[in-house]
Amino acid sequence: MTILKSVAALLTVALLAACAGPSKSTVDENAASSAGAQTGAVSSGVSDSGAGQGGAMGGSALGGPGASQENRVIYFEFDRFDVKSEYNAVLQAHGKYLSANPVSRVRLEGHADERGSREYNIGLGEKRAQAVRNVLLLQGAASDQISTVSYGEERPAVTGDDEEAWTLNRRVEIVYGQ
Amino acid sequence: MTRPNLYRAAAFLGLLMISAGLRAELQIEITAGVDKAVPVAVVPFGWSGTGAQPPQDAAAIVAADLARSGRFAPMDRKDMLQRPTTGAQVDFSDWKIQGTEVLVIGRVVQGAGDQFQIEFQVFDVLRGEQLLGYRQATNAADFRRNSHRVADLIYEKLTGIRGIFSTRIAYITATGPADKRVFRLIITDADGENPRIMVESGQPIMSPAWSPDGRRIAYVSFENRRSEIYVQDLRSGSRKRVSARPGVNGAPAWSPDGRQLAVSLSRQDGNLDIYTLDLDSQVLTRLTSGAAIDTEPAWSLDGQQVYYTSDSTGRPQVYRVPAQGGASQRVTFEGSYNARPRVSPDGKQLAVVHNDRGNYRIALVDLARTYTQVLSDGRQDESPSFAPNGETLIYATREGRRGVLATVSANGRIKQRLSAVEGDVREPAWSPFPPN
Repeated sequence: MTILKSVAALLTVALLAACAGPSKSTVDENAASSAGAQTGAVSSGVSDSGAGQGGAMGGSALGGPGASQENRVIYFEFDRFDVKSEYNAVLQAHGKYLSANPVSRVRLEGHADERGSREYNIGLGEKRAQAVRNVLLLQGAASDQISTVSYGEERPAVTGDDEEAWTLNRRVEIVYGQ
Repeated sequence: MTRPNLYRAAAFLGLLMISAGLRAELQIEITAGVDKAVPVAVVPFGWSGTGAQPPQDAAAIVAADLARSGRFAPMDRKDMLQRPTTGAQVDFSDWKIQGTEVLVIGRVVQGAGDQFQIEFQVFDVLRGEQLLGYRQATNAADFRRNSHRVADLIYEKLTGIRGIFSTRIAYITATGPADKRVFRLIITDADGENPRIMVESGQPIMSPAWSPDGRRIAYVSFENRRSEIYVQDLRSGSRKRVSARPGVNGAPAWSPDGRQLAVSLSRQDGNLDIYTLDLDSQVLTRLTSGAAIDTEPAWSLDGQQVYYTSDSTGRPQVYRVPAQGGASQRVTFEGSYNARPRVSPDGKQLAVVHNDRGNYRIALVDLARTYTQVLSDGRQDESPSFAPNGETLIYATREGRRGVLATVSANGRIKQRLSAVEGDVREPAWSPFPPN
């Protein structure tokens, strides 16, 4: 699944870059891993786990406003704000889209699960949004294209007080047109 | 930070609504009291005035207050063998037989216009002595509040501790379905009556904080789809936006002199640090820096130190830093998680959210000995706030999946649950004492 996604991302990114013409950034297969090295927030490039799973990509864009819902949400581990490597391809695609479309704007909405104190969770949501922002910047997005907000635990995606709900609530939502 | 921008008075249209017409929002239930509550009788007060009865039943309000403290067990009115309204009518032997230890009687006397006097006397039944006699003036509008004040005076006479019945509680509610959530900042009397909606918004409202004089409240609102700090005057309802800097604007805490807010800001770098904000001059002073999340400031009583939460060692712990700037010092060491400090009214303890074997619970940290005492027993308890007499804390907990409020005495013995008619209730903040 991850490999399929990543391949699709590279294809999408290549297409987007081609559309944008030669003046904009070119696709670098190692971009994700070099980003990881620079920020410490992203672990190395394309993962080899999950190979062989099905999952048709259906030709939808990984990045940009046309990305499916699942490609506009980045999930995090408990009490952590490092971006997991499985999101490299998706974020690369978003970054390249922004780079290729300088008038496009994106708002990164950081969230936390309900555990712990509320203002600390605002901090955690902000860190998560910033971590995603840093990846997008490294992928060629400009800083004035990206705004961030943290809702902490105030705007859960799902209600519930179990691990399943918490997992879905620790997230950054990528919202275009903001 | 342009001054006109920050000081711009916000438009209230559609957002702000002050209402006094709500039904009681909080229902209070005592879940644990002291082993032996003192038997007390509060006899219905006499009435001398023009109407059929006084504006409110002062004796009922006093009895309910004393019962809610968990320390007193008021006698049911129907069990009273006599209903004296003056000292001369009191026969102590009847009360002794019924085991009453404290007797309260009184009279409401109407004066000119809508003025009233609530006269009351408190007797030690066993000794047959008057402990307290007092006359409390009030107008009709403040009759209920002044009845609570009567209860405060009685409580203080009997326990030596200033009563908190005439204080108020601010809290946040979230109601409605997830896609149409309505957030409100509500203030009620300490008995859950007289709720007023101070702010209502379709976006989150957080972190209400009373000014030391009890006249203003600071809070965080996301009404412009980002966090901003507002200060609202409770009487007039008017408000100012005091911090809307890039990034997070959060966790306002008033300095003891009411002139500054300690806040947590992320500014450009996305990293939360503690600052003080002078409300008049708008001067910001940075107190912490570095990559950690630093938030949830709380002032020491003398205004010299600011306690706060930091995860600089990986997990949240409480630190303190001089309010004028300087080196930070770690304060909590027991347990993997201690956050959101609140300083006790005597300055000797911090109430924190403490991870107790996987559960988030309210704990008291003794500042001299750094000894930690867990007070609550929920899984997701948060937002502790001291009553101004330090005897009780209010905090947010869960009842099933709903957020409710609970109180616990600082010795852990007396517990109450405060639940709303609907929706989640959270982030309680106990007011200071009202002015005398």
